[in-house]
Amino acid sequence: MRYLYYPGCSMDASAKSYLDSLLAIRDALGLELEEIRDWNCCGATEYFSVSLLPAYALVSRNLALAARQANGCNTVVASCSACYLNLAKTEHYLREDKALNEKVNTALAAGGLDYKPGSLEVRHLLDIIYHDVGLEAVKRNVVQPLKGLRVAPYYGCLIPRPDYDHRYSNHEYPTELDKLMKALGAEVVDFPLKSHCCGGHMTQISAPVAYELIRRLLHSATEYRADIIATLCPMCQLNLDAYQGEMNRYFRTDYRVPVLFFTQLIGLAFGKDAKALGIGREFVDARPALARIGVEVAVEEALARRVRRPKEELPMPRMPQEE
Amino acid sequence: MAVAASPGETPTFLDEVIAAIPGDSRLEMCIQCGTCGGSCPSGPDMDHTPRALFAMIRAGMRDEVLRSNTPWYCVSCYYCTVRCPQQVRITDVMYALKNMAIRAKLYQDSTAPDFSQTFIDNVENYGRSFELGLATRHSLRHSPLRLPAMAPMGLGMLSKGRMDLTPRRIEGIAQLKAILARAKELEAAL
Repeated sequence: MRYLYYPGCSMDASAKSYLDSLLAIRDALGLELEEIRDWNCCGATEYFSVSLLPAYALVSRNLALAARQANGCNTVVASCSACYLNLAKTEHYLREDKALNEKVNTALAAGGLDYKPGSLEVRHLLDIIYHDVGLEAVKRNVVQPLKGLRVAPYYGCLIPRPDYDHRYSNHEYPTELDKLMKALGAEVVDFPLKSHCCGGHMTQISAPVAYELIRRLLHSATEYRADIIATLCPMCQLNLDAYQGEMNRYFRTDYRVPVLFFTQLIGLAFGKDAKALGIGREFVDARPALARIGVEVAVEEALARRVRRPKEELPMPRMPQEE
Repeated sequence: MAVAASPGETPTFLDEVIAAIPGDSRLEMCIQCGTCGGSCPSGPDMDHTPRALFAMIRAGMRDEVLRSNTPWYCVSCYYCTVRCPQQVRITDVMYALKNMAIRAKLYQDSTAPDFSQTFIDNVENYGRSFELGLATRHSLRHSPLRLPAMAPMGLGMLSKGRMDLTPRRIEGIAQLKAILARAKELEAAL
């Protein structure tokens, strides 16, 4: 199965382990991913906040480049939720709004490009693995079932919503990732906050707002005794993982929930080497959880984590997950 | 970008907002039920709930609306959009209001608009986003006191190979700049 692939900026930076693990499992899944040549940033939520028309033009350059490269393949796959939404939304609005399409194409013409709305379909990697590869094909590749690992499937916002092309089972309570994780042999938690917000860019703008949203998600996952959260989005992973320590300091809590990309868990079940899957790049160590299912991760000394305590307090014993 | 005003009439503020949103926003269909505010994860931090803001738009309260922090607290989760019984595209309304507030220079706190602008500057110069440059430049301007506390995380990002020290530039940066320049001209002409 051949697809045009839009990686997005995070895949090569903060979400390196997402890219590593995707590359490690792509052959087993029969995915042929052809990177869109010289793609540019999708603008995340920032460009649309400041000026809409340039934002649509920015995203459309990617669609125009992809359509040129298409050669019979008209599906663009994105692995980042924000990239996926921006590409899908732009394609959708160019189809719906003739005036917008005209202006965007006038802008594209300044760079010698053009895009005809409807020439491409934009889909997220989860949708591709769930619908095109299929759970049966996934199951055939499982050599090390994730038996006994309690996984909280976390979709975040932008995959099930607004879902312009009706690809997912539910806007608020989708089950595709649940079923995929079950196919790997994991014990799937019925995670009530599975499509709640991770805080997005609020960590940079108004951190307490983000910390509260992060806390709610980790609290719920902990209440449901999840060993691990499986995510599909670089932003969700960054907020829940890299900001977990900041959030704990802010609320004086002690949550420790590792957050891995769903592709990393697929890779583990497929028997791939943990290091090749980028395991060890997470801030909240996933090794104790993975040790429960017999996965040994060889990690260099430098990754050992020092436990920090708030400076203003004496090191008193505290209840775990106190609120 | 439908314009609701009938010919000859002066467009109202509601018309102005609707015209700024791509596609059919259905903003004029709001029945003031409040499902949006009740679904909003950052609702408690907003000075007006989305429902109240839409009533204010209809009442023509231009300055109050564009000064509101509501759109800036929108985390773009689309809960309100999928729950709205009138299918108002609320998240898109919020994006349009942010655009309008920036143009009118009416927002109160510049943290969010500045963050967006710093992000955009990187994209316009390199064609890609640059996390390290974005985080440091933004923090230096808006929360320098938070920097020492954030340093361990930044170092962690670097040592775990999760952050680049230098930005990456696309080959077609001149092409991208030409496209964006034309788009900005078109937007200014609106």
